[in-house]
Amino acid sequence: MGNKTALYDAHVAMGGKMVDFGGWDMPLHYGSQLEEHHKVRQDAGMFDVSHMTVVDVDGAGARDYLRSLLANDVAKLDGNPGKALYTGMLNPKGGVVDDLIVYLRDPGYRVVVNCATREKDLAWMNEQAKAFDVTLTERPHLAMVAIQGPQAIEKVKEVMGIDWTAAISGLKVFNSFARGDWFIARTGYTGEDGLEIMLNNEDAPGFWQALADAGVAPCGLGARDTLRLEAGMNLYGNEMDDNTSPLQANMAWTIVWEPEDRQFIGREALAQEKAAGVEHKLVGLVLDGRGVLRAGQKVVVDDSDRRGIITSGTFSPTLGFSIAMARVPVSVGDTAQVEIRNKLVPVRVVKPSFVRNGKPLV
Amino acid sequence: MSEIRNELKYASSHEWARLEEDGTVTVGISDHAQDALGDVVYVETPEVGQTLSAGEEAGVVESVKAASDIYAPISGEVVAINEALEDEPETVNSSPYDDGWFFKVKPSDEGELEKLLDADAYKAESEEG
Repeated sequence: MGNKTALYDAHVAMGGKMVDFGGWDMPLHYGSQLEEHHKVRQDAGMFDVSHMTVVDVDGAGARDYLRSLLANDVAKLDGNPGKALYTGMLNPKGGVVDDLIVYLRDPGYRVVVNCATREKDLAWMNEQAKAFDVTLTERPHLAMVAIQGPQAIEKVKEVMGIDWTAAISGLKVFNSFARGDWFIARTGYTGEDGLEIMLNNEDAPGFWQALADAGVAPCGLGARDTLRLEAGMNLYGNEMDDNTSPLQANMAWTIVWEPEDRQFIGREALAQEKAAGVEHKLVGLVLDGRGVLRAGQKVVVDDSDRRGIITSGTFSPTLGFSIAMARVPVSVGDTAQVEIRNKLVPVRVVKPSFVRNGKPLV
Repeated sequence: MSEIRNELKYASSHEWARLEEDGTVTVGISDHAQDALGDVVYVETPEVGQTLSAGEEAGVVESVKAASDIYAPISGEVVAINEALEDEPETVNSSPYDDGWFFKVKPSDEGELEKLLDADAYKAESEEG
């Protein structure tokens, strides 16, 4: 038996098909992954993401610590409590220990890391913390619900009532605010507008039920994966890992090089890789014919005997054909071929972003 | 609970086979199999005229989350395929034993049907996991 979130009983009661995910019993879907996917693109869906790891970073050295730990620069958050930043946490070789979101609190910071990498992340973060005046506190008493879709914010306001309306309405993209133990962020992992809400475990089942009563569809990990892939968002362990440089994972935009004297972990290795020339990049693939692209399939790139590989692939419910993200030699052109069951199938090479705010981009 | 039809024969790999009055055998995947796969988005059937041996790969069914091979439960020549699945693969989910059939074979040895599982045996096997 795995770990259970505060919403486990609610999932089972709503017909969730429970599967193991990183040691947690989580819902894969509640009947149809496709219907859940469409609900998020067209209306509003909710995901239990309580399995993710929340760590508060406090102390006089918190800012310096995070500026060393993370490739993006938390100095960008200065003076804007509530603002969020997406970043890689790198090892000295320039590989990605994890990708995460860090929020500026007042005072302190809040970091949300992946569940499958929890122990590795905490060990690494604690190790690096020794050199700083900083306290790391995990927050296992918090549940987290992501409500996503064009109607998501309206429905949350309806459920939470008048006391919250102004604060939620005023929330900008990639910002958050806290009230007591409630922490409300306008972030997500679907390519749609929406909120991620942390709250006490004991409040979670009632909140979940109220959202369901307001017409927000419960959605499982299956839809979460097809939505994030359509949005071109990386999944740790697929698009990047301890041995993958963020420069090869479409994360160059999260690396802040200035000021030059900020010695974040991994900087030296990345600088060397950049100077030598980055060999691979992460691209999107579109299969116009029939079939489904899957992780692990080889990508044949013209004029190169080196092969690329699909890191994530699926049938895209919104587009009606298959899409993928793939790491390929930088020499890739506008087309490539994918080896599916010993057959070479032509694909288009595009930017790894397929659907945003309900609209196809390819 | 998934439906298991008494009049059908089953392979351990979750295909069903039905002997029709004209002597052909219709093949599909069980309700248990479609349920485990989830939303089916693509079906690759064998070609009409192709000769299959029992246990041979005869196609692929892909759901949003996974690809799964389909094996011929019985040897014979493929005499028909369900072309409707090309545009409406979700029929495999909604009607696995009727409209969601995959292909029909003219069996080379009808006796092979007896080697397949009956409903009770398949039920026992699929419940074990």
